[in-house]
Amino acid sequence: MSGSSTIAPTKPSTQERRLRLPGLSGQLATTLLPFIGLLVLCLVLFILTPNFLTYGNLLNVGVQASTIAVMAFGMTFVIVAGGIDLSVGSVAALSGMLSAWMFATADLPGWLALVGGLLTGLVAGAVSGFAVAYGRLPAFIATLAMLSVARGLTLVISDGRPIRTSPAVSWLGSDVLGVPVPIIVLALAGIVTAVILNRTVIGRSMYAVGGNEEAARLSGIPVKRVLVTVFALSGLFAALAGMLIAGRLDSAQPQAASGYELDAIAAVVIGGASLSGGVGRASGTLVGALILAVIRNGLNVLGVSSFWQQVVIGLVIALAVFVDVLRRRGTRT
Amino acid sequence: MTAAAPVPASEPSRSRTSVPAPAPVLTLDSVSKSFGPVDVLKDITVHVRPGRVQVLLGENGAGKSTLIKMMSGIYQPDGGRVVVDGKAVHLGSVRDAERLGIATIHQELNLVPSMTVAENVLMGRLPSRGGFVSRRTTRRLAREALDRVRLDVDLDTPVGQLGIARQQLVEIAKALSLNARVLILDEPTAALTGSETEVLFGVVEELRRDDVAMVFISHHLEEIAAIGDEVSVLRDGALVAEVPASTPEDELVRLMVGRGITEQYPRRTHTPGDEVLLDVRGLTRTGVLHGIDVQVRAGEVVGVAGLVGAGRTELLRAIAGADPYDSGTVHVDGQRLAPRSVGSAVAAGIGHVPEDRKGQGLVLDASVAENLGYATLAATSRAGFADRSGQRSRAQEVATRLRIRMRDVDQAARDLSGGNQQKIVFGRWVLAGSRVLLLDEPTRGVDVGARVEIYELINAVAAAGGAVLLVSSDLPEVLGVSDRVLVMSGGRLTGELPASTATQDQVMALAVKHADDDDHVAPSNGPEGSPS
Repeated sequence: MSGSSTIAPTKPSTQERRLRLPGLSGQLATTLLPFIGLLVLCLVLFILTPNFLTYGNLLNVGVQASTIAVMAFGMTFVIVAGGIDLSVGSVAALSGMLSAWMFATADLPGWLALVGGLLTGLVAGAVSGFAVAYGRLPAFIATLAMLSVARGLTLVISDGRPIRTSPAVSWLGSDVLGVPVPIIVLALAGIVTAVILNRTVIGRSMYAVGGNEEAARLSGIPVKRVLVTVFALSGLFAALAGMLIAGRLDSAQPQAASGYELDAIAAVVIGGASLSGGVGRASGTLVGALILAVIRNGLNVLGVSSFWQQVVIGLVIALAVFVDVLRRRGTRT
Repeated sequence: MTAAAPVPASEPSRSRTSVPAPAPVLTLDSVSKSFGPVDVLKDITVHVRPGRVQVLLGENGAGKSTLIKMMSGIYQPDGGRVVVDGKAVHLGSVRDAERLGIATIHQELNLVPSMTVAENVLMGRLPSRGGFVSRRTTRRLAREALDRVRLDVDLDTPVGQLGIARQQLVEIAKALSLNARVLILDEPTAALTGSETEVLFGVVEELRRDDVAMVFISHHLEEIAAIGDEVSVLRDGALVAEVPASTPEDELVRLMVGRGITEQYPRRTHTPGDEVLLDVRGLTRTGVLHGIDVQVRAGEVVGVAGLVGAGRTELLRAIAGADPYDSGTVHVDGQRLAPRSVGSAVAAGIGHVPEDRKGQGLVLDASVAENLGYATLAATSRAGFADRSGQRSRAQEVATRLRIRMRDVDQAARDLSGGNQQKIVFGRWVLAGSRVLLLDEPTRGVDVGARVEIYELINAVAAAGGAVLLVSSDLPEVLGVSDRVLVMSGGRLTGELPASTATQDQVMALAVKHADDDDHVAPSNGPEGSPS
């Protein structure tokens, strides 16, 4: 731009920028873009292989997505509040294992073993939360420690061998009226997550804490309580995912859910959440988890090796975050 | 040369002679800049000449910092040119500017505290031989650079152990050793005591003799005559005058503010009541606050003046429960507040508008309605569920009352102008019905129009029987808005003045009182002392 006329050229461009700016386009990117991506993905797979869009296969995708999705819902609370939880895979395994141990070794009733497993996750998450909120550990470190501790305890309890689960947990692997229970659990977990995030005080506080912790604190929001809560919820949802895994196999495996934390984080991020906190939705996370499951399933149906699947999923994560970066850059200028 | 410049420097002060102005080394030629819909700078021309100190003067938000960022390559002008040595240049980055010899000393210094003085001066270009740092050359080069700013310190001292004044000199030495010909000093005296400022000015005089061109920003008007040559006065992003630094302070203020100070501050018609609403007694935090007593009555506005680092912000934060304190009490309406509990302060009716709007006040990604509602989120909830529609309509009401300019309450706070953002933080406490407002620099970076609206809001709160404790570095503001003014220095209250009769000089005298025996300045630190 030349210096000759400073008024004329700037005016229209600011006008234009103002029109294109945030709100709608932001909303569009966070919720709609991943959803469109999912639809396009399904369409492509349907064209490539008609087997994809059968009722049986779609249920398959749903069941495959359920574990990661449930974990990712829990992870959404943490990420919205500006944290990260690396321990969810290990916590899922520990919860499943402890629940099986309660039934098989401690002779607790099956339903109590299920509840005990869920509480295990809640407590493990709360411990991480306390370490973050009151011990001032970075979430990355606190949950990395929990990842190791929980996996270690799982191995200690099981002595490295699988343990048979209680009937209540095994029921989670069955069907109700022709619908697999994991899909029902997935739906319920999604609804609960959406309600907590959108409707409750603690949910709205998560956005405030993740968006600007200091501003939240100075407004009288109990930041530490919020942080403990998000990690506890993440642990609880991880435990639920652990029950789903154990239920499907009728046994708790010591190496269950290894590395699942990365898929859970990926699902949340693909769903439009920001790792810097303050942004994220339950619906986005659901779509993110579905995208991962559809890619896995589709590549399986197409006969692509699981090695290449890793490569593709890595690229999808990078792409999703790149789109997010572009959007943010656009908003801030 | 373009317009403006009506008066040449007519009265040279001290050693400066009235030789014709040397050709500028750096010129901003009719530059303009806008961020989104906001025009921050409009058609501004500034010359920076070797051996001269060009002062930029203007209120907060007038555009000074944008102008400096343009000189130092952080921003690029939307219109106009940057000219160095008579040639138009593109300063695309800080590196570009440094390569042309333009260095900026920011308020936040750019040093690595854990590394030594010598390493900091030669950061990124330590002399080496075969990959090994050559210690002797490092020491020699560092010593030469430090000699130019007359700083006599042990080269192996970690920079973090030096006081802020000496760190600043290290930073200047670093810039000079990079062959800086243009030195931009952004409020260098803000954190300095009186004697430290004198040392800095001595260095400036020396550099002037070395033909270094300097740009100087300060809110202390008396420093302008002491150190400056020409003054560019900015107001609302426009250059309103170029005058010699010897111009009387009253005239400078008039140019800066654009109208008589009396009109700028809407007067309140009511008088404060007798009931003490905020009662702070003996508030102490070791090394920060020392036995502070403050009483604010219903309907009263009390200003707190002082230099940066005097403990004003810390006082507000302690009262608001944001920071801990070691002893003392805070009562609101007779009810004692728990220390370090923002929740208890909010519940008692305290509303705290922090000094850093973006960093501490707002969740920028969240909507206007969400931001307005944070303090009342829990109080209006039922069984843990937020009253979102109720909160939204209350937010709508407050936004209308405060005349927050926005598309609707669902717009992200990030997209609003500084003044409107400030009204959101303010409005949060209006929505909460807070009776005691603690305002920390409430008009910083706010344009003049919105500023008057904020003053009117303060008056409205006071008229409704609220109590306001106002911290501001803007002296005319403190005097114009408050009923009485408390002055702080070194974490202590050093005086109280009635706002109607107090002068800026009286406030400044109290603000620098005892500043020199401040705890953090070790006695042996005087750089002007002892030869080695």
